[in-house]
This record gives sequence, C-alpha cells and structure tokens, in this order.
Amino acid sequence: MSLPNQANDAITFDTFMEGIWRQNPVFVMVLGMCPTLAVTVSAENAMSMGIATTFVLVSSCLLVSLIRNLVPKEVRIATYIVIIATFVTLVDYLIQAVSLKLYEALGAFIQLIVVNCIILGRAEAHASKNPPLKAVVNALGMGIGFTIGLFALGGTREILGAGKLFGMSLFGDQFQPWVVMVLPPGGFFVLGGWLLLFSLLRGRKEARAEA
Amino acid sequence: MSETTTIRTTSGGKMIATMVLVASICGVLIVGAFEGTQDAIAENKRITLERAVFKVLPGAASVREYAATASGIQSLAGAAMPEGGVKFYAAYDQAGALKGIAAEAAGKGYADTVRVLYGYDTNCQCIIGIGVVSMRETPGIGDKIITDQAFLKNFEALDVRVNAEMTALANAVKVVKHGTKQNAWEIDAIAGATVTSKAVGRGINESAQKLLPKLFPHIGELKS
Repeated sequence: MSLPNQANDAITFDTFMEGIWRQNPVFVMVLGMCPTLAVTVSAENAMSMGIATTFVLVSSCLLVSLIRNLVPKEVRIATYIVIIATFVTLVDYLIQAVSLKLYEALGAFIQLIVVNCIILGRAEAHASKNPPLKAVVNALGMGIGFTIGLFALGGTREILGAGKLFGMSLFGDQFQPWVVMVLPPGGFFVLGGWLLLFSLLRGRKEARAEA
Repeated sequence: MSETTTIRTTSGGKMIATMVLVASICGVLIVGAFEGTQDAIAENKRITLERAVFKVLPGAASVREYAATASGIQSLAGAAMPEGGVKFYAAYDQAGALKGIAAEAAGKGYADTVRVLYGYDTNCQCIIGIGVVSMRETPGIGDKIITDQAFLKNFEALDVRVNAEMTALANAVKVVKHGTKQNAWEIDAIAGATVTSKAVGRGINESAQKLLPKLFPHIGELKS
C-alpha cells in the first residue's frame, strides 16, 4: 500500500497480485506460521487448509467492507473477530459435511483460523478502508497466495517424506521415505528452504535493479 | 494526537447498536449453516462408523449401536447412554444373522491416545480384526500397527474368552516382546514400536475386560 489514505478505489492487477507475489503471506510476510507448519504434512491437507482460509478471508473481508462506514472505530476489532469467527464456524460445519477424515486431519487448526493474523490483518488494513469489490479481489489474491504457500510446503513435504503427491505414489517401492520431513522439524526445514529460495530471488532482483 | 485532529468519540449506544447488528447477522449465518449441514454430518458419521465396523468384521452389512450394563444390554438407537454402560456395535450380515461385535479400545501411545476398533467373533470368543480409528504415532515407526502384516496376524484369532464366573477374561490380553508369543491371548509386539504395540494391547484388554463379561451372558438377545 503506497498511499493508504488516498481515496483510490481503482482495482488494478496489483490489487489481486499483491497477495500472491509482492506480499505473499507465507514467503514474504511470514504470517500465519501456526497452520503453515502444522498441517502441511500432505498436499491434500495443505490445499484444504488453504481453501478454508481463503473462504474465511474473502467472506469476512466482504462483510467488513460492506459495514465499514457503520462500525465505530472503538469496537472495530471486536466486530471483526465476531465476523471472522462466524465464517470459521461455517467452514467448520462444511468440512465436517464434506469429509470427516479431512476434519480429523486438520483438527484444531480449522478453529484456529479465527486467530490467523492474515485475516484480521486484511480486515483491518485493507477491507475496512476499501469498497467491497476491491476488498474481495485483494482478499482472494491473499488467500490464493496463502494456499500456494501451503501447497509449496505440503507438496514438498509429502514428496520427500512419503514419496507421494496427493496420496499417489511417485517413485515406486524402491523409495525410502525421508520420514523427518513429515514430522514437525521437517516443517521448519522445508519452510527454511523456501524462504532461502525467495530471498535469493529477491536479492538477485535487487542486484539487477542496481546495476 | 496532533492539534489538527479532533478527537471524535462515539456514543455508547451506537457502539452497542453496531455490535448487536453484527452479532445478529452472524447468528443467522451460523444457524443457517448448522441447519443446512447437520444431516450431511450425521450421515457422514454413520458412514464412517459403518466402514470401520465392516473392516473389522468382513461380511457385515448393517450395524446397530448397543450399550452393555451390569443388568443387561439395551439398544442405543435414539436413547441416551445409561450410567456405567459400555458402548458396542452389533454387526449383521445380509440375511440378518449376527456377524459379530465391534467395540472401541483406547490406550496411551507414544505421542497420543491410540484408538482402535476391534471385531469380536461370538463363536470362537476371539478378536478377529482391528482397525485404527485415530492415532498420532511416529510415521514409519508407530504407524506400522496399521500396515505390519506380522502384527495384524495377532488379531486373526486373539483369545478373549470370558472366565466361568463371568467376571473377567479367562486370560488377560498381554503384549509380549517381539518373537516370544506362545499363547493365543498374547500379542507379539512390533520390534522397534513396542510402546505403540503395548498401547493397542492394553487398550483392547481394558475394553474387553469391561465389555465382554457384561455382554457375553446376553449374547443370545442380539441374535434376532
């Protein structure tokens, strides 16, 4: 956000792409690490968590944006939390209705979407200052960016730790799984690897800009 | 605060009105979601349970929930759990004949509680299969209880006969060191995953000790 106080309602390509690239929640802002590290043991879990978070993000940003002129600033955080908690409850029921197995795999992390700082951050920093359509576009970009981040971790961990992707065996019986990758420390290893890659890319880009 | 900004305060009434409005919208959304999904959730739970029971009792086609109490057994269909009751599932085949009993067992494993469902055959008075309901054991080590064929062989005919006084099992189910199984009521542990193996064994023993002495004298009532 270059000029936050300026009335700029134009929806540009960057409104959408911000969350996917420049401000990616996982790789750039390093937000929401609790679900990022905990549920990314497989690509399927990671994708489901990403989609659930995206749904909560988009719907709560829409509602926050719709009532942005009604809410007195003293009670805005309380209001946002109630709205976010509502959509999390909705997702909680929906996932149970779709698959109990998935519900058990994601465990407490569905309910914990309530305190995911990406969502409250978007509501406070973007949706409460922008018209509904722009808020939704931006939230969708953020959600997709988060999902991509989770998938990058979940996919890598599943391939290395179980030799599979989306439950399909990739390497046949000869493959010896690198078990630590699906254990909690593996989450840090893989996240560290991705962050390293992104900072290398950024460093190279800056060096090129200077030259 | 700089001098140019004026401090605007909002009246308490407006704050309360906003919060009430938002809470009402949210309340309606939640009730709607609950009403809309509860049938699907109940159906999902039923299918999950049936699948688990059919896995430990091959050939079963329908499942009914019961509770065993000190005074007998009673159906749990639409009824609350009686005090001191132990829940179990009676599985029937296509023709409606009793195929076996399934019940849940839980034991403290390496990381968390290991919950398994076991299938009990009333004719041989033995456990004929287990399925893991939930566990968080170490992948590649503790989770062998799902895949290790030698370990699963323990549960093809695990002896859980009830003693003559109908008070306890004739022989308590015991987990023994890998390769030292001698009796039909012993479980041969997985080498390297003793803690998880013991969790399964202890859980089954605890559950069977509680359930079978209450259930076995009344087993005839289930055969209709």
